[in-house]
Amino acid sequence: MEHASPLLKSLAVQLRVVRAMLMREVITRFGRENLGVLWLIAEPMMFTLGVAALWTGAGMSHGSTSIPVVAFAITGYSSVLMWRNSVSRCNSGIQQNFNLLYHRNVRVIDIFITRIVIEMSGATASFIILGTFFTAIEWIKPPIDLLIVVGGWLMLAWFGAALSILVGAATAYSEVVERLWHPTSYLLFPLSGAAFMVDWLPPAAQKVVLLLPMVHGVELVRDGYFGHVVHTHYDMAYMAAVNLLLTLAGLIVLRDAGLRVEAG
Amino acid sequence: MIRLENVCKSYHTRGGSRRVLDNVGFELQRGGHIGILGRNGAGKSTLIRLLSGAEHPTSGRIHRDMSVSWPLAFTGAFQPNMTGIDNLKFICRVYGVDWKPLVPFVEEFTELGIYLHEPVLHYSVGMSMRLAFALSMAIEFDCFLIDEGMSVGDSRFGDRCHVELFQKRKDRAFILVSHDPNIIRAYCERAAVLHLGRLYEFAQIDEAYEFYDKQVVPPPGPRFD
Repeated sequence: MEHASPLLKSLAVQLRVVRAMLMREVITRFGRENLGVLWLIAEPMMFTLGVAALWTGAGMSHGSTSIPVVAFAITGYSSVLMWRNSVSRCNSGIQQNFNLLYHRNVRVIDIFITRIVIEMSGATASFIILGTFFTAIEWIKPPIDLLIVVGGWLMLAWFGAALSILVGAATAYSEVVERLWHPTSYLLFPLSGAAFMVDWLPPAAQKVVLLLPMVHGVELVRDGYFGHVVHTHYDMAYMAAVNLLLTLAGLIVLRDAGLRVEAG
Repeated sequence: MIRLENVCKSYHTRGGSRRVLDNVGFELQRGGHIGILGRNGAGKSTLIRLLSGAEHPTSGRIHRDMSVSWPLAFTGAFQPNMTGIDNLKFICRVYGVDWKPLVPFVEEFTELGIYLHEPVLHYSVGMSMRLAFALSMAIEFDCFLIDEGMSVGDSRFGDRCHVELFQKRKDRAFILVSHDPNIIRAYCERAAVLHLGRLYEFAQIDEAYEFYDKQVVPPPGPRFD
């Protein structure tokens, strides 16, 4: 590495640190007893299955028998996990890991990257496993266009990551941010498009709901999953623009947050 | 070399912003040993946090062109659910060092036996200290930050730390922060006194000692920016 450019060197250090922190975090959170690391996937799977069962029980086919409830729940709830859980984990990230900052290689961004990667890989694995399982036992059909599903998923991941960094870094300013996130995420859930299709709403409500960037992502995932059976509404340029703004804001706040973190 | 230039650090308190370090400056060359004396509340821990890079100055600059350790024997960064060996692996990964060749040293130095493979949460304070010190010695640094690390543990452990640090690694730089002047007299060629957030440097350790003896730290009153 001696002749590598400073950027490559820093990148190598960062990858090393994040890798070390990933292993540490996985052991810390899930331990080595019973399922161990598998809890990373089992936890979101249990949530998703529970929601799928509840929605099936509640008969949430919403008049359109064309959409199977199980597939609807899996696509919807998994999408929520993508943006909600990583933000919640980054929220307490600085506080819980402050002592790691005594190691000069470890930076606040590494804490966030670690937590984002863990949450999103768990949610993604849970989505894939549940999807494959229910397809295998023929409860649901496979996605019509897998690439579109992946595209929607990646957009949700980008949104979740940018929001995680922004909210996580903002906690360095005030713990009020941490407190506000819980009610916010709770209230956003029913609006996030997980439990409804935009098309079901009256036009006025559609307009409002489509202001929320994650709604576009979920709609895209469902477009790819169900194809023309459903009528979806999304504008990926809008979602990308919001994501880009969130990323920029997140990185600006993060840079300053790194300078103002304090012990305790 | 490490150079601090006009370093100030303020913290927010309920009584408003409070300046804990006020225009602190000093320079330490490679291999130099400086002792920083300070009574409780003088700002020692804050200085350590800034030197290690865990926190950043409110104003002023810190230049480092040598590698600086985390505070020696610092147990705070241990992950209690991880075993001693896991913690060694973690530290090694963070610093890009192969952990396997270090295991014999850590086993020998910590004398933890099978406990090295137990979660750190089952350790006593003394066991944690031994592990923390061994990990600090496992990674090589140009400059060690020492925050009274030597004061805990039995005398045998103290002697072993002494050998590892002050004999085997005496070519490295140290910043030894303490309120015990004897330690500083024994290991440092320079001394400074941190008093009410200001750093006073002295050419002779005895002068620093004399100055230090005369200072009384009043209970923290408001010292607003």
